[in-house]
Amino acid sequence: MRIRLNGRTWETEARTVAALLEELRAQGALDAASDTVATAVNGAFTPQADRPTQTLSEGDAVEIVSPRQGG
Amino acid sequence: MTQNHREGAALPPDDDGGTLDPRQASDPPTAAASNTRAMDNGPQDDPVTLYGVELRSRLLLGTARYPSPAHLEDAVAASGAEILTVSLRREAIGLAAQSEGEATGFWRLLRSSGARLLPNTAGCFTAQEAITTAQMAREVFGVDWIKLEVIGGEDTLHPEVFGLVEAATALTAEGFKVFPYTTADLSVAERLLEAGCEVLMPWGAPIGTARGLADPYALRMMRAAFPETPLIVDAGIGRPSHGRRRWSSEWTPFC
Repeated sequence: MRIRLNGRTWETEARTVAALLEELRAQGALDAASDTVATAVNGAFTPQADRPTQTLSEGDAVEIVSPRQGG
Repeated sequence: MTQNHREGAALPPDDDGGTLDPRQASDPPTAAASNTRAMDNGPQDDPVTLYGVELRSRLLLGTARYPSPAHLEDAVAASGAEILTVSLRREAIGLAAQSEGEATGFWRLLRSSGARLLPNTAGCFTAQEAITTAQMAREVFGVDWIKLEVIGGEDTLHPEVFGLVEAATALTAEGFKVFPYTTADLSVAERLLEAGCEVLMPWGAPIGTARGLADPYALRMMRAAFPETPLIVDAGIGRPSHGRRRWSSEWTPFC
């Protein structure tokens, strides 16, 4: 399945947000712990508790963000 | 008209009344707050209350563009700032090894600083983007304070005030304590207060211009119109003297 992940096209077998995070970690593509990232799907916030049930479909836009310096 | 608006408020004087006070700190703040009490030693010596939290320091310290994490850590300790502004960024998927050390170190520094965190919604161009970013920030940082930015243009980075009011209304309903980055427009300010904001963050000048206070009369108009509302002049501060500017005793300084 092809999704948009942080603005980039990404191939994944994951069917939920939680599974996507696990898959990315297994691939070495994401090191951040689950409690130091936040997620959104198609512009809507996906709370940590909802990640196991938030399903993904072809073409979905997923955002994974983490703390950064700011002003 | 809101209860925050002082009916029949006198207009501020035409002259800017600004002087420099060498007793004040020489380092430029990212932003600094003022409330309405004018003290002999200047309001910078006075605690300020933001959303029920009394703060001894009026310095809000940005965390970006330091030469190293050690410089940031030293700046936090030396400044005595009780509020640090922070942000969110997209994870560099596939480049995690490059970014992880930096992100983890930054997170540790924030948690060990003991300072209160003020996440922002920088880079958001619509109300919905800002709302989603605020929700993500609340989960990651564990705070309900949010510096709300809805930007109207990539070049000017001016506040998109219609989206700002929309987002402020939605976020306040969700329990956020909103710090809206806005212009000095009084009608917009009134709408933000009606939305539930207890703090306003008018710009001094457009972001990155370093012009100082481009329209001090407009800021004093805000001070006069909303005498009980903490105002934090947020953008366009370029020199220490911009941050140290004082006003005549009738008007509360923006430091």
